[in-house]
Amino acid sequence: MITVKKLVKRFGLKTVLRGVDFEVQPGEFVALLGPNGAGKTTFLRILASLSRPSLGEVKIAGYHLPQQAAQVRARLGVVSHLPLLYGDLTAEENLRFYARMYNLANIEERITEVLEMVGLDTRKRDLVRTFSRGMQQRLAIGRAVLHDPDVMLFDEPYTGLDQDASSMLDDVLRTVAAQGRTVVMTSHDLARAEDLATRFDILSRGLISASASRRELKKTNLLAFYKQALAG
Amino acid sequence: MNNTVYGIKTTKKDFAAKPSFLRAVFAIVWKDIQAEYRSFELISAMLVFSLLVIIIFNFALNLDIKMRETVTAGVLWTTFAFAGTLGLNRSMSVEKDRGCLDGLLLAPVDRSAIYFGKAISNLTFMLVVEAIVLPVYSILYNTNLFQPGLLLVILLGSIGYVGVGTLLATMSVQTRTRDILLSILLFPVVLPVLLPAIIASNGFLTRVELAEIMFPIGLLIAYDIIFISVAFMVFDNVVEE
Repeated sequence: MITVKKLVKRFGLKTVLRGVDFEVQPGEFVALLGPNGAGKTTFLRILASLSRPSLGEVKIAGYHLPQQAAQVRARLGVVSHLPLLYGDLTAEENLRFYARMYNLANIEERITEVLEMVGLDTRKRDLVRTFSRGMQQRLAIGRAVLHDPDVMLFDEPYTGLDQDASSMLDDVLRTVAAQGRTVVMTSHDLARAEDLATRFDILSRGLISASASRRELKKTNLLAFYKQALAG
Repeated sequence: MNNTVYGIKTTKKDFAAKPSFLRAVFAIVWKDIQAEYRSFELISAMLVFSLLVIIIFNFALNLDIKMRETVTAGVLWTTFAFAGTLGLNRSMSVEKDRGCLDGLLLAPVDRSAIYFGKAISNLTFMLVVEAIVLPVYSILYNTNLFQPGLLLVILLGSIGYVGVGTLLATMSVQTRTRDILLSILLFPVVLPVLLPAIIASNGFLTRVELAEIMFPIGLLIAYDIIFISVAFMVFDNVVEE
């Protein structure tokens, strides 16, 4: 579903990604872990077609980036630590706007389904700026799944969430993954990543330094694997 | 084809269709109008600023009726230009602060549709402010501004201003110094629009021959077309890292 070969990203003289190779099979849930400044967000922004690669090849759902970015974007849902929602619009209006931008059919029906999925159907007429951070993040996930994408990218989705909101987000993420979507999530929260993901890749100093499936990881634990990958 | 997974209906295969250019533009304009209707932040800031400027000028330039007519064009365009900068900054800050610009860029639409959507919203807000400022100015300065020719010049000047301003606001909003950067970038670039707009406005207000006003109007139209075409061509590069 996602193929990345020898990906390099430079900002001026600074090289953030130094030849990343990365492959995700359909239906996999990959946790991309790494310290601050490792290049996780840059990598995800390239996958999301928000940033152009300096070198290398990126292919999502059979489409090349950046040449076929519009086709990729139609199959992609992105959730970041920012909600990507308008505070002065209601939950329903936000989803309606994005539904128009994705040219969805049966917009009202789809909005109702998505709001029920993220548990915000009773707050659909409330302005988003009145929502708690957790509710905004749930609605952000609703926005991202609105067009039923094949691939979901989550960039630190737990940032700023309290314990209850994080647990709720866990449930929503499980639902999203259970729908057969391919998921790539960056996170600092190893425990949550361990709970949700089927594969763990460590991005360090602009390269994928280690990769292990859940089955492979059974022999050790994620924290030990993570520390070992960073030390190596 | 609809599927049901874990009790949630999915709309697979509905998503792939790219929305039409006009549909995307309309969606953005409607979203901006809805948000502004709720908050009234952008128009109120522009309006209060504009009214303050013309009131200050009214006290500062205690002039006779003849002199008032000659300074009107300059005062009006100074007011519109500075108020417009406030509006442009605010309009793009709303998109940037909550990551909404990324949300727009993630949609499978032609990115020039985003430019045109934002530009039309900005133009609408600017025209609303101008529609309120003009009668207030007419009363304060005892000058008749409701001349079709002058209104046409204001429309053409506003189109050019917003056309280039939306592009530059999109660039400047991605920097740390966005509040000051837009003014620094915008005014030198938009000067070819403002100068013919002032000359043509002055021409209509002082009732010179139409033939003399046609040249600045022609320049205005030409600059509008050039600026909008350039913005259309480079917007994709401006928004992508």
